Amino acid sequence: MSEISVSALPAAQSEGFVRVTEAGLRGMITLRGDLASAAIAKAVQEITGAALPPMRRIVQAGENAVVWMSPDELLILCPHDQAPGMEAALRAALAGEFATVANVSDARAVFSLSGTAWRDALAKLCPVDFSTLGTGDIRRTRAAQVAAAILVTGPEEVDLICFRSVAQYMFDILSAAASAGSEPALYV
Amino acid sequence: MSHRLPNGGRLIARGTPRNFTFNGKSMSGFAGDTLAAALLANDQILLGRSFKYHRPRGVVASGAEEPNALMELGTGDRFEPNQRATTTELFDGLTAASQNHWPSLDFDVLAVNNLVPQFLTAGFYYKTFLRPRAFWKHVYEPIIRRSAGLGRAPATNARDTDRYEQIYGFCDVLVIGGGIAGLQAALSAAQAGAKVVLWEQTAHWGGRAPVDGVEIDGKPADDWIKSTLQTLESLPNVQIRTRCMGAGVHDHGYVLGYERITDHAPRTDAPRHRLWRMRAGKIITATGAIERPLSFAGNDVPGVMLASAMRDYIVNYAVSPGKVIVVVTNNDDAYRSAITAHEAGIKVAAVIDARSEANGALPGQARALGIRVLTGQGVRKVKGGKRVTGVELCPIDSDGKTQSEALDCDAIAMSGGWSPVVHLWSHCGGKLTWDETGHFFRPDPARPPLGADGAGFVLTCGSAHGDLGAVLAGAHAAGQSAAGLTATDAPATDSLPDEAPLEPVWIMPRAADYDLRMKMWLDFQNDVKVSDVQLAAREGYQSVEHTKRYTTLGMATDQGKLSNINGLAVLSDALGQPIPATGTTTFRPPYTPISIGAIAGEARGSTFQPLRKSPIHDWHDANGADWEPVGQWRRPYTYLRAGEKRHDAVNREVKNARENVALLDASTLGKILVSGPDAGRFLDMLYTNMMSTLKPGKCRYGLMCNENGFLMDDGVVARIDAQSFLVHTTSGGADRIHAWMEDWLQCEWWDWKVHTVNLTEQFAQIAVVGPKARQLLERLGGMDLSRDTLPFMEWAEGRLGGFDARVFRISFSGELSFEIAVPASQGRAFWERLMAEGADMGIMPYGTEALHILRAEKGFIMIGDETDGTVIPQDLNLNWAISKKKDDFLGKRGMEREAMIDPKRWKLVGLETLDGSVLPHAALAVVPGLNANKQARTEGRVTSTYYSATLGRGIAMGLVERGTDRMGEEISFAGQGETRIKARIVDPVFYDKEGAKQNV
Amino acid sequence: MLILTCPCCGVTAEETEFHGGGEAHLKRFGPGSDDADYESYMFSRKNPRGVHFERWRHVYGCGKWFLAARCTMTLEVFATYPAQTLEPPADVITAIKSKRPEWEGFV
Repeated sequence: MSEISVSALPAAQSEGFVRVTEAGLRGMITLRGDLASAAIAKAVQEITGAALPPMRRIVQAGENAVVWMSPDELLILCPHDQAPGMEAALRAALAGEFATVANVSDARAVFSLSGTAWRDALAKLCPVDFSTLGTGDIRRTRAAQVAAAILVTGPEEVDLICFRSVAQYMFDILSAAASAGSEPALYV
Repeated sequence: MSHRLPNGGRLIARGTPRNFTFNGKSMSGFAGDTLAAALLANDQILLGRSFKYHRPRGVVASGAEEPNALMELGTGDRFEPNQRATTTELFDGLTAASQNHWPSLDFDVLAVNNLVPQFLTAGFYYKTFLRPRAFWKHVYEPIIRRSAGLGRAPATNARDTDRYEQIYGFCDVLVIGGGIAGLQAALSAAQAGAKVVLWEQTAHWGGRAPVDGVEIDGKPADDWIKSTLQTLESLPNVQIRTRCMGAGVHDHGYVLGYERITDHAPRTDAPRHRLWRMRAGKIITATGAIERPLSFAGNDVPGVMLASAMRDYIVNYAVSPGKVIVVVTNNDDAYRSAITAHEAGIKVAAVIDARSEANGALPGQARALGIRVLTGQGVRKVKGGKRVTGVELCPIDSDGKTQSEALDCDAIAMSGGWSPVVHLWSHCGGKLTWDETGHFFRPDPARPPLGADGAGFVLTCGSAHGDLGAVLAGAHAAGQSAAGLTATDAPATDSLPDEAPLEPVWIMPRAADYDLRMKMWLDFQNDVKVSDVQLAAREGYQSVEHTKRYTTLGMATDQGKLSNINGLAVLSDALGQPIPATGTTTFRPPYTPISIGAIAGEARGSTFQPLRKSPIHDWHDANGADWEPVGQWRRPYTYLRAGEKRHDAVNREVKNARENVALLDASTLGKILVSGPDAGRFLDMLYTNMMSTLKPGKCRYGLMCNENGFLMDDGVVARIDAQSFLVHTTSGGADRIHAWMEDWLQCEWWDWKVHTVNLTEQFAQIAVVGPKARQLLERLGGMDLSRDTLPFMEWAEGRLGGFDARVFRISFSGELSFEIAVPASQGRAFWERLMAEGADMGIMPYGTEALHILRAEKGFIMIGDETDGTVIPQDLNLNWAISKKKDDFLGKRGMEREAMIDPKRWKLVGLETLDGSVLPHAALAVVPGLNANKQARTEGRVTSTYYSATLGRGIAMGLVERGTDRMGEEISFAGQGETRIKARIVDPVFYDKEGAKQNV
Repeated sequence: MLILTCPCCGVTAEETEFHGGGEAHLKRFGPGSDDADYESYMFSRKNPRGVHFERWRHVYGCGKWFLAARCTMTLEVFATYPAQTLEPPADVITAIKSKRPEWEGFV
């Protein structure tokens, strides 16, 4: 479907003291259920290759990742074209369990922020103490007026997930927050 | 005259001149000057006119407390009024202009107000302009508008070109104020291991200490400041920031800080202001103290300033406010100004001390320098108009009718003692106590503002705490305490000469007669005088809050920083009660005014609020969409062709949907997956009708009510499989209904096995509508969408023309209609494919207005039009959608109430005007007579009204009393003025009553 | 502006991440209930000067509802706890009592 599938803001990018890039289409699957259940842990492990993450953590496994979203919700990240298959596999594996699987890949937009000062850019938008976040952490919060999930993927890299409909708004506020000359020298 | 001194100036760089203009006149100063200092250096004593009387005014202070020296700065898009010259740092190219005068600063026609000041006493506006009433608009208001006020507003076409931003910060200890107390507190907290942030509102560290000659460990304060700063800068757990004002302290350690990034050096790549939204565990306010003016006649004449400000100008900027100065005081501290001036080579005519004797160290030092000291004396009146020319003295306890002596001078330094800056302590509920020695309110550490844990979260130190002598020991203790340590001995000791106590002097002379009292200014900016406060007290204003509002004392942009205590003292005296019994007015944030830009932050222009876009948004935009806001979404109201009028475009779209095939972007519709073993049971509670019996593959329309029984949302539910339903909500209802579901599942029925997932944005949803809809979709191929395979109110999924599609055979138009959901990423391509495939069939997109008309022609309700939060399903004749088999559903109990089963409730009917015209939107059906409130009696209202292109006439729906029992009856609707429009009550289904067209 | 700790995801955040939901521990009265019970369920709300129990949703976070015991006068937050309970748990009651010995208790 690559020829007809497009992300929210294809190839949008801005260069400031942090680089902001629209990350393109990502596969995302919501899995709701009892995260203490062995069946869910087994299914997730077998299908994604990743163990269940602890609270507010991300477990990476190759191209896949499993993200803790709430006490009964995971977000599974994978290549976009693999999401339908993974959704079907999870649903099959969890048949009979009280668990819900839904492909939400297209409901979202993803922005990658790269640069040592990513905390300084996000501090302008999110009411979060970013000194508490390190690689592998997930923090759901708001960025200015919209919901955002911040996934710390490396020391100088974060992914920010928002709803697809507000991608332009998110790109604009991120770009402004990261614009050269506005460095707040807060975390760096 | 005021002038630059040949030597000195600790903050200026004489090698770096700065050129600026004042009222169009070119002037120059030095880097490091404030605008006020540079103006004084250019002998510009007269800086503005006062608010009411248009009296000439000059600079009074040297910092944030300045009431008079307000300027219009910048031009065009960067024009900004009411900026304090004392806190404006000079830069090359600065343009400043004085305010509130006409036609010019030197000659102001409205200074005539000043000749009859008794006209503008306290309460003047309330008393004078009461009647005749008609005079208000044409006589009084224009006069007041001309005479009152400060700076002008920016031009209507001016647009602020600067950027502003906000930022969230977190720390253990926030120290506000970078004087020596703040520096010490920050250092002590940091060395105790706390994460510390230190803010200073000016560009310089150290506060008053270097100017006041404080010695620390036997060395000048500047040495200690420098080394302490170096230490702070080297600590990884400390962040220090100048030009950042603590603006307000709020609940749970939330503090707003106002950082002025480019005001002192304008540039475009950086934000001009940054608003800090700091969350601190503990806050230490080391905000210093503000000197109080003395109330003597003519204390507002340009050239009269605070004693501390005068030495600030001499020491920091090497600017002398005059050639010959007189110091007036009730305390020892002001002698510092006399000594400083003398040592700078400025002639000090005398120190006038209200106290009967002055034998402290500082007066001794002054006398030793040969400065004349007069005790037991006060100022009778200041001589001069646009600048001071001299001063008349009188015994302090006299009525001031006779002068004892007159002195020539061109500047006067006044000091009535000091008041700690308690604003930030007080913002969030910190209480004050009256200090009998210093005669000021100081923070009461026993009654601090309380935080989330119930403990006090604000501490104070330095002169903000009321320590007017040595401050470092207290600051060290505050720093350690804030960091959670028990205080130890201070590592450094600051020393000052001992001072004798001040003697309060609230009016000078103490028994001054009325003529003098009406020339004694308390609030310089709002022109409130001693006589005004006394008048208010005589007229019965006893509460300080009432007096404040009656006289406007302390209500100007400086919020009474100079006038507060003096005003309270005068009021207390007039009421015959001690000052603590009068109390203070409430201190409210911000400490000094902050820019609207900083408050807005990123929320301006295109990012003022989020704009939600469907996956097909850009196509609409490129194809004539006339946008309509729907919540935060934008939806095409209609698609305008070149030269086409809105009305014509809408009619074209309606006709095309009825006759050919048309597309609607329905992506904004809410889509919520409800899944789990109890999903059916849950939906049975949520909907008024039965959902659990719906078979997989089928669709059912349903209504949702709140617990009052009032309709809140509607939509089609599709059963996916045994355990899953896809719930469609209205466009505006998606988030609300999802939250509503989660509320019930988490808080009421938490043992039910149901999950919800909001899939609204996962899918682009396109309605393919019209007699040729099926024909179009068949061209795409891949799915059998025939009537037999996919009947009305069923759904199917598959690959449609290569797209991953879920096709719902539902209709909100009455036409043959398929609503097709594809993944959002495929939405744009799918839409374009449909447009291309249908080109030869006359395919057109249609907007929300056509959508409304199509549904209204069919009598379909719209949440928000037919409902308004007081309408139950029965009002809309939707009894068929209310299950009688269910024991319970949300709203069932509410519908059983007496008022809900009243036969006289307004019911939904169709309405046809007799002349075919379109009824006005929301028109009321009126009947003769008046109701209990003497309003016209009504029996109904229009809820939806449109021109129907299909029928060629106006159609409407409305709620009418017993409407369903009155078919065929004619009723009257109110039009413009007294006009009445006759309409006939009819069936609300205007088109294809049998539903033949949708079920094909 | 308050700070609250969401007991469901452990995040301590400022009020703007949350959405207030009014009084906690209401008992629902549906069909068959008498007018007085229905009225109290729908319309009667406590407005105490002091200890109060409230509903909050971590709307910009994990999305979960939770409950908070808070002082309406000082804004002190005694405890936050999961919403799946009919009345404040014992440890919450104890926490409040230790700070407000004069408190009459949950009624």
